[in-house]
Amino acid sequence: MALVTATSAAGGIRAPRPAGLKRLALYPALIFTAAFFVLPLAVMLCISFTLRDKGVTVDWFTFANYRAFVERGDGVLLQAMVNSLEVTAVVTVLSILIAYPIAYILAYRVPARWQRLLLVLMVLPFWTSYVIRSYSWLLVLSENGIINRLLTGLGVIAEPIGMGNNRGATILGFVHFFVMLLTLTIYSNLVQIKESYRRAAADLGASPWQVLLHVTLPLSLPGVAVGAFLTFVLCIGDYITPQILGGSKELLMPQAIMRQVGRTADFSMASALSMILMGVVIIAFLFSARRLRMDRL
Amino acid sequence: MRGLRQLPAILYMTAAFAFIFLPVAMLVIYSFQNGPLPVPPFKGVSLRWYDALLADRKLMAAMGNSVLVGVLSSLAATMLGFLAAYAMARRPPRRVALAQFFLMAPISVSYLIIALGLLFTFNLVGVGKSLLVVGIGHVVINLPLCFAICYSQLGEHQANVERAAQDLGANDLQALILVTVPMLWPALLASFFIAFTLSWDEFVIAFLLSKYDTTMPVVIWSMLRSGLSPKLNAAGTFVFGISILLVLLVELLLGRKRTS
Repeated sequence: MALVTATSAAGGIRAPRPAGLKRLALYPALIFTAAFFVLPLAVMLCISFTLRDKGVTVDWFTFANYRAFVERGDGVLLQAMVNSLEVTAVVTVLSILIAYPIAYILAYRVPARWQRLLLVLMVLPFWTSYVIRSYSWLLVLSENGIINRLLTGLGVIAEPIGMGNNRGATILGFVHFFVMLLTLTIYSNLVQIKESYRRAAADLGASPWQVLLHVTLPLSLPGVAVGAFLTFVLCIGDYITPQILGGSKELLMPQAIMRQVGRTADFSMASALSMILMGVVIIAFLFSARRLRMDRL
Repeated sequence: MRGLRQLPAILYMTAAFAFIFLPVAMLVIYSFQNGPLPVPPFKGVSLRWYDALLADRKLMAAMGNSVLVGVLSSLAATMLGFLAAYAMARRPPRRVALAQFFLMAPISVSYLIIALGLLFTFNLVGVGKSLLVVGIGHVVINLPLCFAICYSQLGEHQANVERAAQDLGANDLQALILVTVPMLWPALLASFFIAFTLSWDEFVIAFLLSKYDTTMPVVIWSMLRSGLSPKLNAAGTFVFGISILLVLLVELLLGRKRTS
């Protein structure tokens, strides 16, 4: 420690020794996070091992809730998890496919001074709440909505068709949101790639497609990965979009959790399902973190 | 020739814009609908649904609650985030990595799970649902962002000026209040407004942790049960408009800093 101080003093810079106030300043945030984030999760973990029947705790340590996740109602809860994973996977892939060209065109085809403005405009609806965004899609998809009007007007369909209340509507609502998120993360990655790399490849005879495939795309993978991970986390945990757009014919995991809270007030089961959902996110995180490192090698 | 080559890009961007703005356009346009249904055909411009909005006591009360929860929770999140960033900046990255990870962790957990955790915990210690609890939940989700914004703006420049102040005899507290905070006000304001926007739009936490007094998104949600209505469009347009204003303000605050 003394050595470190001595060397930095020799370098002409006073060692940033954290004094009283500067050290104490860290604690309010740490204590707050411990009390209102870590502790509640720990409480949930504990509750998930208790068994409740009609509001009374009948068993203090059991895996019954986790077993019920697989067994209850012919696996209806397990199916909710499968549905969630399917929807999230489709949403993530579709969003990347749509967002990448947007980010690419913004970064390389749009004049530099317009880029910022166009980007801000492009992701403006990102800042609506889930409730209002989903409601807006309900307007678009409704039987008298603009799409049905257009299709009947053009004679594509004779009668308006119900487009809400299914998985397709949920996916549409999600993709709309995450295209904006991914545009942001991919764009900010693309503008950091040195122009000289792309120019060097072109000078060496690579066609624009080859430059894209062998230079730009590999270098932009971190931006894609960050965006994809955020998409995964936010998508799999959202209750509102599937509830408003998907209806309740098919349950996704957050809807299944809300049912435990709402109908039966089974906090134990809700906790167990939440823990399972969190576990899936953690596995996804570890998986993507490892993949990302492998891609960099 | 060049124009022709750009054509696919222009077409793609136009289509993307249309996709992204279609629902927003429907929301905003049909909030001015002069008729009972927020769907085509458009029957002319009218402000009657905004009048209905202002006359709705419950909605206005919810708006007041939203502002209250938003302002207080954003103030708290910004303060906690700034203090943590201030404490961590200029320390060796390896020594603060753990604390940083700890503070950023809530970002990877679904709002629903954070809300349930708080609900069950407060339930256990006998604290009932209230706007205060909602506010705590909003601080939990906003603290990582506020911390990240402040942390990213605390650079070597601030450290030098701070040291200069201390050499001139200021103590830690004086340097913090008279030097660091004024230098960082754009970042602090940006952090406050981002937090406010997220709190203003947040649904699940407010839904699960509030009782009779509740926030805008929750009231809009309960209005949704009676189906599509231009009044809902008006409420949505209003909420969205406020968010947009704040986001543009943040863009201005942080954008100006970048160029200067």
